Amino acid sequence: MKPAPFDYVAPSTVEAAIEALVAANGEGKILAGGQSLVPLLNFRMVRPAVLIDINRIEGLSFIELRGDKIAIGALTRHRALERSQLIAEKLPVMKAAMRHVAHVAIRNRGTIGGSLSHADPAAELPMLALFYGATIVAQGASGRRHIAAEDFFVDALTTCLAPEEIVVEIEFPLLAHDGWGFEEMSRRFGDFALACIAVAIRRGGDVLDDLRVAAMGVGDTPLRLRMVEDQLRGAAIDGSMPERLAQLVSASVSPNSDVHASADYRRHLAGVLAKRALTTALAAKA
Amino acid sequence: MATIRVTVNGERYEEVAVEPRLLLSDFLRDTLGLTGTHVGCEHGVCGACTVLLDGDSIRSCLTLAVQADGCEIVTVEGLGTPDALNGLQTAFREHHGLQCGFCTPGMLMTGEDLLRTYPLASDEEIREGLSGNLCRCTGYQNIVAAVRSAAAQRREKAAS
Repeated sequence: MKPAPFDYVAPSTVEAAIEALVAANGEGKILAGGQSLVPLLNFRMVRPAVLIDINRIEGLSFIELRGDKIAIGALTRHRALERSQLIAEKLPVMKAAMRHVAHVAIRNRGTIGGSLSHADPAAELPMLALFYGATIVAQGASGRRHIAAEDFFVDALTTCLAPEEIVVEIEFPLLAHDGWGFEEMSRRFGDFALACIAVAIRRGGDVLDDLRVAAMGVGDTPLRLRMVEDQLRGAAIDGSMPERLAQLVSASVSPNSDVHASADYRRHLAGVLAKRALTTALAAKA
Repeated sequence: MATIRVTVNGERYEEVAVEPRLLLSDFLRDTLGLTGTHVGCEHGVCGACTVLLDGDSIRSCLTLAVQADGCEIVTVEGLGTPDALNGLQTAFREHHGLQCGFCTPGMLMTGEDLLRTYPLASDEEIREGLSGNLCRCTGYQNIVAAVRSAAAQRREKAAS
C-alpha cells in the first residue's frame, strides 16, 4: 500500500509541464488533486516513471463569468466550486451536485481538471460537463485545442486527450431553463453514484419547449440522453410526463452489473431518479 | 530525495529530506514521530488520516509529503493537550464520542474544518460533513452529538 518509486517534478508553467510529459515518453503522469491518482499509486495499479505535479502552476485556479459562459481553471478545487456564489447563481445544477462529490476532505484537494481527465463514469463533474455542453480546453506541445464534452469521454476512465496534453480550463455555457432537477443515489452518501440524473426544462405555456437530460453510473461514460430529449421535446405537459420520462430513460440506458448493483436495478433506478428530477423541474416557478 | 520545509503544529521543520513517494501520513508518523494521525485504509476511504493542510481538511494518505513543501499542517497533536483539550475534544469526551479511538483523530480534524466553514445547524449537515469518516465501533450517534455540542458552543461564543 505504498507507491513504487518515481521521479518527481513540480514545474511552474503549463509549458514546462508539457515538456516534462513529452520527455517522459509515455511514462509520465500528471498529478493534480491526486484524489484518484494517489490511491492508484498506493495500490501500485499505476507505476509512472515521472510524476509531474501541476499544483505549483499559477493561474490555473479560477471561476470567471465570460459573457454567456463560466470559465473554470483546471486546478480549481471541488470545494471552491461548492462554495462559489457565481456557480450557485449561474450553474445551479453544478451547485446541487457538488455536495455529492465524495467528502469534504476529498473536495478540498480534488480538481475539476483532474476529475474530467480521470473520466470516471460515475463521477459528477464529467456528467455536468456533458449536461451543460461544456468545452474542454486542452494544451499540448502544439498549442491549445477546444474539445466538446461529448467528444471528450471515450470510454470508462478514457478520454480523447493525447499523451502530452493537459486540460487547462473548462467553459460551461449558461443554460436558460424554467426548472431543473438533480437526483443521485449511492450506497453511502459521498460514494460513487449507482445512478444519477440531471434534467433541465424550458416551458412554452403548457408545452415542453425543450429539455436536457444527462445520466451517469449507467454506462461506460456519462451520457447525454439526446434520443430521450427528442421524444419529449414539444410534448404537452401533464401529470404523466415524469413517468414517461422514467420509461424512456430506463429503456435507453445499458448499465453494467457490479458488486454494488445489478444492471436491472440500475436501469430501474435511473428511471425513478429521472421521474423525481422532472417532477422537481416541473414544480419550479417559471 | 527531495527537500521540504513545513510547519507542523506551529513547529518549523527546515530542510527535511523526503523520498518523493513518501505519503504525508507516513512523513508525519515515521519521520516526525507524530503518531496521533492514524493510518487506516491508505486509499482515501476511511478518513482516519485526516489532517489540516493550510487550514483545509485533507487525507494525508492521498497527499505526498513533497507536496506539503512550504505548507502549514495541523494534526490532532496540535488541537489540545491531555491536560488542556480544545472545545471539540472536550465535547467528544463529554458525549462519549469515541470508543476504541482509532477513527477519533480523523473525526476531530474533519470536525474542526466543518466547525469553521459550515453552519452545522442541523444534524443532517453534521452527518453529511462527517460522511467521509468511518467509525467501526458504530459510535456515530455520539460523534454527531459531540460535534453538535461543539458547534453550539462556538455559535454562543461568537454571539457573546
